Amino acid sequence: MADQLLELLQQIINGLSQGSIYALIALGYTMVFGVLRFINFAHGDVFMLGAFAGFYLGPKTLKIFGGGPSYAGAIAVLFVAMALCAVIGMVIERLCYKPLRDRPKLTVLITAIGVSLFLSNGGQFVFGAEPKSFPEIITDRLIAIPPAWGRISELTITISQVLVIGVTLVLLFVLTYIVMKTKLGMAMRALSFNPVAAQLMGININVVISFTFGLGSALAGAAGILTSIQQPSIDPLMGVNAGLKAFVAAVLGGIGNIPGAALGGILIGLTEALVVGYVNPTYRDPIVFGVLILVLLVKPTGLLGASEREKV
Amino acid sequence: MFEKSKIILFVVIVACGVASPYVSGINPYYYDILISIGINIILAAGLNLVNGYTGQFSLGHAGFMAAGAYASAWLSLRFGYEFGTSVWATTTAFVLALLAGGIVAAVAGLLVGVPSLRLKGDYLAIVTLGFNEIIKGVIQNAEPLGAQRGLGGMVQHTTFFWTFAFAALTVYVVLSLVHSTYGRGFMAVRDDEIAAEAMGINTTKYKVLAFVLGAFFAGIAGGLYAHFKQFIHPEGFNFMKSVDVVVMVILGGMGSTLGVCVAAALLTILPEVLRYVARIDALPEWLRSIAENRMILYSLLLIILMLTRPQGLFGSGAWKKKKA
Repeated sequence: MADQLLELLQQIINGLSQGSIYALIALGYTMVFGVLRFINFAHGDVFMLGAFAGFYLGPKTLKIFGGGPSYAGAIAVLFVAMALCAVIGMVIERLCYKPLRDRPKLTVLITAIGVSLFLSNGGQFVFGAEPKSFPEIITDRLIAIPPAWGRISELTITISQVLVIGVTLVLLFVLTYIVMKTKLGMAMRALSFNPVAAQLMGININVVISFTFGLGSALAGAAGILTSIQQPSIDPLMGVNAGLKAFVAAVLGGIGNIPGAALGGILIGLTEALVVGYVNPTYRDPIVFGVLILVLLVKPTGLLGASEREKV
Repeated sequence: MFEKSKIILFVVIVACGVASPYVSGINPYYYDILISIGINIILAAGLNLVNGYTGQFSLGHAGFMAAGAYASAWLSLRFGYEFGTSVWATTTAFVLALLAGGIVAAVAGLLVGVPSLRLKGDYLAIVTLGFNEIIKGVIQNAEPLGAQRGLGGMVQHTTFFWTFAFAALTVYVVLSLVHSTYGRGFMAVRDDEIAAEAMGINTTKYKVLAFVLGAFFAGIAGGLYAHFKQFIHPEGFNFMKSVDVVVMVILGGMGSTLGVCVAAALLTILPEVLRYVARIDALPEWLRSIAENRMILYSLLLIILMLTRPQGLFGSGAWKKKKA
């Protein structure tokens, strides 16, 4: 196989694993937007808290599973972080957003920015600003591809990369099941379709909104653990940039649309990997935001989003 | 012949000119804070036009400031000496560089304003934030602008007089605008865009105008900053700087120019006070480290303000009203 093609394949694999992280975070943005029509700016910081939950609780959880890095232990850490983030997400909603539900959108947006700043700077205060090294919850190594496969064996694929993509797929599947097949999922869809009618049908919107925040935050927590397995250096500001990129992903896919968020995440991950690989790493962030602006100019509803007519 | 407001503006500018030589003699630390207050007033009053009066939430004000700062600094470095060395020549060069910086920022504002017309609220906030990152990214990659190293070597032209003369001018322009037909247009767009459009108001025009003017003043502020600090760095114009200005506007009360100016002054002094508090040994350790991290207090301020008094300290009731 030609060198260029091999290089491209490598970048695509890197892009896919980074894109999976963005997709998981983007789902939280999109679901909250679906039910409340507002952007939860603090979502990226919940992702950061997920990583720190793993940092502090990971070693303790691993002890129960025998101490060393293991898959069962890693899954337990993942669940712990997801549960903790779900609680944090619901608490944020209850304390900061619920009292503002009838206020102008801008008020809620500013509050969300405030919550985001509070979490990232409070994180610096509590955890310390310097980067921390994430505990090894699984042994990450290169996957040995049989030499018989030809030059494909020269690709660097790590266990963590495969794991990230795999876990993301599983979570996506579970999420689709919850949203499409369960009663709460149906209530979520009803609420995002028409909040007033949903209430008239006897849906308790407080429960549904809480549940949505919990679900989205749990996915962000999972993303926090998965990203820390790949890049074991975590710091309290890691959520800001990842959150913004994931938001771009959600808009790219069409905000409010669940498959769109996943697609957008993957596309942003791929774009980043290709820019880093072929253009110049310093252009990574400007190009991602350029993509966002381009999308909003050409098709503001995103790739898969339905257009929403403004009612007077 | 002259309106009262013009006379006040004239008197304030003259007073700044008279006071300037005396003020420049004070403790350099206080002088630094004073100039920062002036620059922040320009930034906040300009942003208030966009966020407060027109209701278009912009999160990228630092980007326009960067455009103005870099444009004027580059022009000063490149052409400043060609004007000569007399006081008049350097002053002319400085003012021209400032205005050029403002114009460059205004063009950037136009570039942001036009596409963002299709967007509202949250989207607009993110897009302006994105533009801030893009402007920063372009500067970080521009070798003539010092790229990642930052740009330095400007002569310190910014004085008390220039800073506060421009601050007074900004406040004057914003106040005159909002009390004119234009101001009604801005506020109509903010209060109900669809109704405004139905009444025949060209909402596009008002939104773009607000953006361009806000960006222009941010550019001027950037130029003043560049010629005061004599060194600028792309990271100085990041998201956090934009948030600083937004907090000033929100604390002062969106749509209250006076309130925003007071808030700009308060929030410029606050970090210095906190820095002082952090050094008092008698205080408990946790209090001192909170004082060191002003963003924690800023963010709490934002949340509490939104929950209890969304119109800000001096704002009118316009923001409290429930929207259908």
